[in-house]
Amino acid sequence: MFKIQSLAKISSFFAPRFISGVLALSLSTLVPAQAFAELKVAFVFDKGGKDDKSFNSSAYRGAMEAKDKLKASIKYVEATDETAYESLLKSFAKKDYDLIIGIGVAQADAIRKAAAQFPQKHFVIVDGEVKAPNVRSLLFEEQEGSYLVGAIAALSSKTGKVGFIGGMDIPLIRRFEMGYAAGAKKMNPKVQVISNYIGVTGDAWNNPPKGKELALSQYSSGVDVIFSAAGASGSGVFDAAEEQKKFTIGVDSNQNWIKPGHVLTSMLKKIDEAVFVTCKEASEGRFSAGVQRFGLASKGIDYAVDQYNEKLLSSETRKKVEALKADIISGKVKVPDYYKK
Amino acid sequence: MTTQPLAVELRGLAKRFGSVIANAGIQLEVRAGSIHGVIGENGAGKSTAMKMLYGMYAPDEGEILIQGKPLRFKSPSDAIHAGIGMVHQHFMLAGPHTALDNIILGAEPSHLGVLDRAGARTKLQALCKQYGLPLDLDAPVETLSVGVQQRIEILKLLYRNAQILILDEPTAVLTPQETEELLGNLKKLKAEGKTILIITHKLKEVLSFTDEVTVFRGGKVSGRVKTSETNAQQLANLMVGREVVLKVQEVESAAGVKHTFGKCLLRVERLNLKQKGHSHLKDVSFEVRAGEVVGIAGVEGNGQTELIEAILHPSDPRCLTSGKVRVLDQDVTDRKTFEIRALGVGVIPQDRHHQGLLLERSVKENFLLGLHRRRQFAKHGFILQKALDQSVEKALENYDVRPRRADIAVGGLSGGNQQKLIIAREFECGPQVLIAAQPTRGVDVGAIEFIHRRILKARSEGVATLLISSELDEILTLSDRILVIYEGQIVGDHLRGQADENQIGLKMGGGHHE
Amino acid sequence: MSEVHLGMKSRERIFRFIQPVVAILFGLAIGLLITLYAGENPWHVLKILANSAFGSVENIGMTLFYATPLIFTGLSVAIGFHAGLFNIGAEGQLAFGALAAAAVGILYPNVPGPLAPVLATLAAFAAGAVWGYIPGWLRARRGAHEVINTIMLNFVAAGLTSWITLYLLKSTESQNPETRTIAPAYLISHFAFFGDTPFNPSFLLALVAAFALWVLLWKTVLGYEMRAVGQNELAARAAGIDSAKMRIIALTLAGGLAGFVGVGEVLGHSHKFEIGFSPGYGFMGIAVALLGRNRPLGIIGAAILFGALHKGSLDLDMETEKVTRDLSLILQALIILAVSADGFWERVRKAVL
Repeated sequence: MFKIQSLAKISSFFAPRFISGVLALSLSTLVPAQAFAELKVAFVFDKGGKDDKSFNSSAYRGAMEAKDKLKASIKYVEATDETAYESLLKSFAKKDYDLIIGIGVAQADAIRKAAAQFPQKHFVIVDGEVKAPNVRSLLFEEQEGSYLVGAIAALSSKTGKVGFIGGMDIPLIRRFEMGYAAGAKKMNPKVQVISNYIGVTGDAWNNPPKGKELALSQYSSGVDVIFSAAGASGSGVFDAAEEQKKFTIGVDSNQNWIKPGHVLTSMLKKIDEAVFVTCKEASEGRFSAGVQRFGLASKGIDYAVDQYNEKLLSSETRKKVEALKADIISGKVKVPDYYKK
Repeated sequence: MTTQPLAVELRGLAKRFGSVIANAGIQLEVRAGSIHGVIGENGAGKSTAMKMLYGMYAPDEGEILIQGKPLRFKSPSDAIHAGIGMVHQHFMLAGPHTALDNIILGAEPSHLGVLDRAGARTKLQALCKQYGLPLDLDAPVETLSVGVQQRIEILKLLYRNAQILILDEPTAVLTPQETEELLGNLKKLKAEGKTILIITHKLKEVLSFTDEVTVFRGGKVSGRVKTSETNAQQLANLMVGREVVLKVQEVESAAGVKHTFGKCLLRVERLNLKQKGHSHLKDVSFEVRAGEVVGIAGVEGNGQTELIEAILHPSDPRCLTSGKVRVLDQDVTDRKTFEIRALGVGVIPQDRHHQGLLLERSVKENFLLGLHRRRQFAKHGFILQKALDQSVEKALENYDVRPRRADIAVGGLSGGNQQKLIIAREFECGPQVLIAAQPTRGVDVGAIEFIHRRILKARSEGVATLLISSELDEILTLSDRILVIYEGQIVGDHLRGQADENQIGLKMGGGHHE
Repeated sequence: MSEVHLGMKSRERIFRFIQPVVAILFGLAIGLLITLYAGENPWHVLKILANSAFGSVENIGMTLFYATPLIFTGLSVAIGFHAGLFNIGAEGQLAFGALAAAAVGILYPNVPGPLAPVLATLAAFAAGAVWGYIPGWLRARRGAHEVINTIMLNFVAAGLTSWITLYLLKSTESQNPETRTIAPAYLISHFAFFGDTPFNPSFLLALVAAFALWVLLWKTVLGYEMRAVGQNELAARAAGIDSAKMRIIALTLAGGLAGFVGVGEVLGHSHKFEIGFSPGYGFMGIAVALLGRNRPLGIIGAAILFGALHKGSLDLDMETEKVTRDLSLILQALIILAVSADGFWERVRKAVL
């Protein structure tokens, strides 16, 4: 197991060469930036690394956008273990970075400590909440998007059975599940929601075979739509959907294109946009601390419709879901939140 | 004979390892188509010389001539190329694979990159026929007897067109019958024109197998004789460099020592071992009294191993199905091995590498094995290093273990010295019962004499000895009473001097039914 | 001649001592060449590595913090090796140890100060030991191979510790999969001398454990019996040693040693059990034991080396453009390869001596 893991890690050592080659930013040659002329942003990705095709990847896209559009100088590291967060964040703080962004709730403690030690620096935590005068917390109302795709699933299901496959069994994913089930029940009170989790360790995010196995077993029990919130394991669910000619729903990024015709929609969690906007505000000198919630209202959370899935969703379904969306935004419909249960 | 040209000639070969001189001025001449014995005690340098001939070591000085031509070998593959092959003492076979695959391994015939087993089979069948070496080519090697495995090793060499065959201690692992068979096979090979070198220290076999003998001592050649013109005593003297006593007990008897037996110290009653429907031991009962040597004669694999296991591990159902073991008048059938040994049972195991020694560990740690809980060497769970050091030093001296070093790995000692170390260890605790299994297997003449003397000394001191050996000579020389074991049953019981070799040999072969 | 022998022997000893050092440098050199290929200046990389690992007291503190769990798991694997067992289960054993330490700290908050950390430490050892005893018993009494069992038990441990964490000891405040925080009496403060690092006295526990293991293996009857079983079970059996018992004891102790990882991680650092806190310490312990030749002192050295590489690799990621954390894995792999290339070093030894 150790060997396989390290092999995977070794292979990913070479892959990012191309990307960073394009960046071609050598720190040693950088002239110290004039105030706000060039924003310097540091990213600390969590253990999954920037190529996890999930929230780290999404944040990475935001970073690249900031680099292109804002001409910001970007530096990132990928933590090797939980202890590393704090020392990495502090190392960045000691240097001349204006904005230091930690990705993932696991970094909350570390951000809190680093922010207290370097009050003059600006920090950002994605997916977690840290109360400090120099920290912005970017939080997403995943349950709202899950609610909508749950509704889509129930409306599209012919069998009255919909499925959910979570990655690691943690509160965040429970939040997805709860919203999804509630959305489905809202549309069809008799709908049956079957849930499975890939596992309870970090490996759960990267186990496509297990994802496929669970999906196949759900499909064979009569489920015809599966929403997977399982990181890279989701690709196994997609394969199963194609094989069984059933439907699935993507997560975080727009994944409609992966198996056209089998992906009903994707629940969008726009970390990239949130990260970019934060960088933009900082570059304009408008950084503010505090919690920023991204939900349907702010379009930080949404569901995807594009050329790959517009034929899969009937106009009736679209209409119902759009109405539901408006009701959630207006507060008419309350979406249950696992965090507040 | 003398008209035959030399197949192998070593001229003034020398080899040093660091500052240790392993070989100096080695002269060896082997005539083509002859069987040549290379004898000497362990550490006499015969293996080093043969390894140079086989390309495993490069000589520091001197020349190797094969069929009259001087050659330099960089590796065994050069030697194989020059028509030299070696059968090692420990076979180099892959157990689960068939005889055929083992033989072609490393020299796989191929046709357009595909393994050509059929071609190899034809060639091998021809070889088997030519040399009269019958073999089931499709049997997995591990299912074959040691004698057949050795045959496979020889066929391996013939398959590679070896003209000169070196056999390292070929009879060390064979039963008397297999030894006979090997002798016959070697004669056939010789008749087909092969040249054979046999490394051994068994004088009897040298005398019956070979045409000429070269004797090594202390890294040099101490003598070269025609087999027809020598005898065991002369060879032994050449090997050891002094007068050796070949038959120990006869000397003791001649000295007129009065000997009486005491009370029964080891008694086994109706031992049975059944496994998977097969009976390994059938109602084995006997007793050994103080001062008595009881010899168990038998062809290997007739229950000797199981008998020892049953006595040492009677509480383990894999070792004993039913029966009773009594040591020193106590029923020990339900006791643990450790408790039984603590009563004063010493064991010389039949396979010292597998059952007697920790080869990678020091002489000192090996000396401690089995003694490690004695009050003399352990207190409050800690090992008493000083006491151990002193005892080891004394034991190495008393039992003439060479070199006298407690800190070197036991694997580096010669077979004889390893065995002496085991004997030192087992005698250290002053055993009342001694189980000696194959006590002189693979050791040289000097060590045999020493070990036999020790066993007889223990006998005169009142130790009850159970001697298990596949060397009938050894049994006849040392035992007061001889039991013959055949297929897990005691089929013969003779007092010393009441049975001759032929009678016992017949019973060993299962001929007691007639 | 005996004097000459001694001369040989001391040279042999020197070689034995130097060989791993040379091998490490060799592996490091190849690793640095790879960075050259990736487009970095190897000298620059080496400087960052060295500075990051040992450049300041803080850095040394972090290096030793990372080394601490590796010493425990290295010792755990080593005791198995000495008894002829391959303990691949340190990862599961350490998870149980850490969880037990956290559980005691959460469930018994009123234990008085000086006693509390001791209690949690014992709990960590005991929990790891139980997780080692199981495969030991299975091997000794049922003949089930410990390699398979320890691997399988890693999965069971991952599942069970996660379940206990998420359903029994769940933190209500955090969204992280982790337990509640342990009571203050249990906390072990970090060494102030090393500045703002989590380096804490569990390192001293590791040194004591290493010394204790040395005494056990080479000075006691029990250790002698274990090593005898490990070297030659048949000979040990003939000598009256109960090999089944030795195996159970060895794997139980191995589990306990791995369980000690929880002391530094839970009591000294995170103050709770976090699912997946170990970046594979249990597996790295195998490499540490291999590199340290299963000797306690060697294991301490190897663990510090691996800790340094781990620490260094983080800063390498930060200070260079083209090198990522994965280089550390490559360096570790190359060093292990270089050290374990016995055949190669045997040739060198013959050539040198």
